[in-house]
Amino acid sequence: MIRARVLILPKRTVFDPQGEAVRHALGHFGLAAVDRVRVGKEIEIEMPGEGDPTEIRSRLETIARDFLSNPVVEEFELHIEGVP
Amino acid sequence: MRWGVVVFPGSNCDRDCLFVMQKVLGQEAIAIWHEEQDLPPVDAVVLPGGFSYGDYLRSGAIAAFSPIMGAVGRAARSGLLVLGICNGFQILCEAGLLPGALLTNADGLFHCHPAHLRVENNCCLFTRSFASGEVVQMPIAHGQGRYYADASTLDRLERSGSILFRYCDVHGERTREANPNGSVANIAGICNEEGNVAGLMPHPERACEPLLASTDGLRLFRSLASTPLEAEPGATYARSAAG
Amino acid sequence: MTSQAERQSLAEKTGLLPEEILRIEEALGRPPNETELALFSVLWSEHCCYKNSKRELRKFPTQGPGVLVQAGEENAGALDIGDGWAVVFKIESHNHPSAVEPFQGAATGVGGILRDIYTMGARPLCFLDSLRLGEIRGEDPGVRNNRRLLRGIVGGIAHYGNCVGIPTVGGELTFDPSYDGNPLVNVFCAGVVRHDRIQKGAAAGVGNPVFVAGSRTGRDGLKGAAFASRLLGSDSREDRPAVQVGDPFMGKILMEACLELFERKGVVVGVQDMGAAGIGCSTSETAARGNVGMEIDLDRVALREPGLHAADILLSESQERMLLILQQGREREAEEVFAKWGVPLQQIGKVSSDGLLRCRIGGKAVVELPARLLTEDAPVYEREAKTSLSSSEAILVERPLGLTECRSSWMAIAGLPSLASKEWVWQQYDWMVGIGTTMGPERADAAVLRVRLEGKTKYLAFTVDGNSRYAALDPYRGGEAAVAEAVRNLAVSGARPLGVTDNLNFGDPYRPEAFGQLRGAVEGIAEACRAFGLPVTGGNVSLYNESPIGAILPSPVVAAVGQIERKEEIIPMGFQREGDRLLLLGGWGKGLSGSIYAWEVLGRRQGPAPMVDLPQEQGLCSVLRALAARGVVHSAHDLSDGGLAIALLESSLTGTGCLGAEVSLPASPTAEELLFGESQGRLLITVAEEEKKAVEEECARREIEVQSIGWVTGSWLRLEQGQDRLEIELAELGRIWKGALTELMAATPKLD
Repeated sequence: MIRARVLILPKRTVFDPQGEAVRHALGHFGLAAVDRVRVGKEIEIEMPGEGDPTEIRSRLETIARDFLSNPVVEEFELHIEGVP
Repeated sequence: MRWGVVVFPGSNCDRDCLFVMQKVLGQEAIAIWHEEQDLPPVDAVVLPGGFSYGDYLRSGAIAAFSPIMGAVGRAARSGLLVLGICNGFQILCEAGLLPGALLTNADGLFHCHPAHLRVENNCCLFTRSFASGEVVQMPIAHGQGRYYADASTLDRLERSGSILFRYCDVHGERTREANPNGSVANIAGICNEEGNVAGLMPHPERACEPLLASTDGLRLFRSLASTPLEAEPGATYARSAAG
Repeated sequence: MTSQAERQSLAEKTGLLPEEILRIEEALGRPPNETELALFSVLWSEHCCYKNSKRELRKFPTQGPGVLVQAGEENAGALDIGDGWAVVFKIESHNHPSAVEPFQGAATGVGGILRDIYTMGARPLCFLDSLRLGEIRGEDPGVRNNRRLLRGIVGGIAHYGNCVGIPTVGGELTFDPSYDGNPLVNVFCAGVVRHDRIQKGAAAGVGNPVFVAGSRTGRDGLKGAAFASRLLGSDSREDRPAVQVGDPFMGKILMEACLELFERKGVVVGVQDMGAAGIGCSTSETAARGNVGMEIDLDRVALREPGLHAADILLSESQERMLLILQQGREREAEEVFAKWGVPLQQIGKVSSDGLLRCRIGGKAVVELPARLLTEDAPVYEREAKTSLSSSEAILVERPLGLTECRSSWMAIAGLPSLASKEWVWQQYDWMVGIGTTMGPERADAAVLRVRLEGKTKYLAFTVDGNSRYAALDPYRGGEAAVAEAVRNLAVSGARPLGVTDNLNFGDPYRPEAFGQLRGAVEGIAEACRAFGLPVTGGNVSLYNESPIGAILPSPVVAAVGQIERKEEIIPMGFQREGDRLLLLGGWGKGLSGSIYAWEVLGRRQGPAPMVDLPQEQGLCSVLRALAARGVVHSAHDLSDGGLAIALLESSLTGTGCLGAEVSLPASPTAEELLFGESQGRLLITVAEEEKKAVEEECARREIEVQSIGWVTGSWLRLEQGQDRLEIELAELGRIWKGALTELMAATPKLD
């Protein structure tokens, strides 16, 4: 069984109003000196661990880059567990 | 002139667009289901507003990979007129047919109200019935309409005259207050460098009848409708298919 | 049979009364099993069967010449709008879920009422909302919580309504500390359908297959209906698992798939949306309505997670699901349509002949109950009612303010969250999608929609109203006033009323005071509807609206639907033309009690509620319609919350440009009463100078008092009373009125 996690965050050059609102709110919890907060998402993909590991990895890379994230405004990290 | 309006699951302005084209413009218009692999013969394709696939993942992201978008992309590259309205604009950006991206409004809220727009360029087919610099009114209704492009893309857009509309105040001034969503350089609508693919966040189809306060949107559709085309409906398509 | 002690203990576990359990045993001739008891505990709750309010609801007039589907027959009522078309509409509350999780609570409220409308075969047209919240000014934790609730509720309504592409075109929003932590979210939806396409919520045809369409079944909202029939304790946050999560995308495609399937005549025999108590309620209701039974195989229900018990599956309130009874042999057609839209469709059983709801799981029978026993034969009670009226003594102001001194009070009420512009709210709603919104938010007293119907064009008007201050002082008058205001709002928009739906929001029905309020309001609504000749086509009851700080103000809410013949007869509320005559219909009024000015500025929450003179209200509406038909009225606005002062303000700030008025007031009563009093049955209209005489004649014919009080001019409101003068710049008033709510809500984004 393969578990892939794609972590997606807005690029640092792109204004993130959600992150900004959270950063502001952190002050209410006594954490005032926060430089930056980015709010993104994590996508978990579970699938049977069959097939060529290199091909699986490269396919997941493509999916993460071209579909799950938008390279114009987002960056991503791909973590794969359980590849044979 | 024959229009095609693409219907994605979650599109909700498709019926409005069809009504405007058929009943207000008095032209032929058909709905095109998103699962079609090929375009039927049409002279212009409209990607309507709505929440295709619930705007899940990102607005327009899932629709951009639907079968019909492959056909729309091929036809667009051969010169077919493609107009994306609101969610349609988001889909065009996601599909890479227009540069940039549309992000959550700066204040995080959905905004629905009439907006003043300055026509930046009337040299393109979509805006030729407007005067350059003219202030027009069309409603906006979106939660994710903050246009973003990096500096070099922006520069290219400016230099190629690809910016069609900017948010402005009633006098045509490009102010911060007049920018409802925090779009970079107040951009409300753009076209590609070839001038046959355009996208805008405002809804021209909601400004086509005096009953609904503005008819400026009708002028946008008329710009396209009066485009000199070969007499046969679908001629542009035939040409693009042949090319 | 169980012993009394056993019944007592079962009662505590299920929320049923011991005598109800006995009643079930007697009807069955055996004790119900655990699954069956779970079904009863939800289906016999107030939320599902209206056991405490049903007797009262029977007082409503439900008949009328245009009634196609009357109250209680189906999921919503239907009224004729001519040319073979009908308007289908209903209002429903989602108060308790919104208190616990405002965003999802409100969103699923919208999804629920939407399904009620298209279940009838109607294409939904618009939403309106009536919202009530606690105090939002200040920085107390409770106040911040109310702001959080408001932000979540508005966000949830926008989330669902915008996504499904049905415009939210109007509504009301007021504030009172009694709603602290117990907000009211009443959502109205209307749709249109051809008479011959109205769908039935009844099963028929033994052997016909029964399907579930839409989302898979999960643990959402388990026992949500029972939850709605309980008091909100301070531990309500712990109840969170009971709140359902909405999926507006599934809501939209499920709606499109159903509407497309309904177009294929004869495929769908019966259809019922799944709201409270999901599969359990929809199967027993459709079976009972059709006098048939149903055999359900719970193993065939598509589940979102494993391990659900039979009772969980039957009672789950997972959203975006419909029950469809199809014509045997035509299943393929339904499968094609649902596959096209990507909506799951699964057969779970079939219609049987014996009137029993039979459910099996793992091959074992778990439910065998007469369907009627669960629904139509549920208990109905007469609760003890105590009528308590506020003192009948009018409010005496020892030193009334002169006109000039009213300036600061005027400014103060213009900035009250209850009276201020609701722009912050309605800009978050897509109120234009569908390109029919002719009069959107803050453009006329009612929302007006142009409706395109296969070549025919109709104009329909919608409004939702209720005044809890009046209802608190006198529930009966509060009920009457809610109907009268709704009808007035239609009339000033140019519409003829067709019918109403009501939402009754009250406290614990076991408290005689709370039940007395419910009864009074129902009787007031019923009487007013009879006077106007309007049917009540259905509605919703929300009881147990009490939090640890006490009960909410009694809150009867009425939504009314009207029709306008031609677009030329639509009337805006804003001033249109410089130099127009300003006419006050219905007199200057008198007294302050019940007014928002008395409550909020003077702090006097007593006195009699404003009188409602029903014949006079009828006369007013007839005058308006006669004038509208002749096209002479340039603007019209009713005098309601905030009296003449707020009516003048709103007409000035919502018209073309920024047009004010000059007004002369009579010497008596006092300036405060003239400006802020809320005597009922009054309107402000503007007409061209040369039409003034015609209006006066029309009013004389119907015995309606009319005064020419000034004219439309300038960029200010300039008033005189004898030697006393008051002048306010519209720019100044506008800043306060337009900015108040936005400032409160936007200043602390997402931090409350």
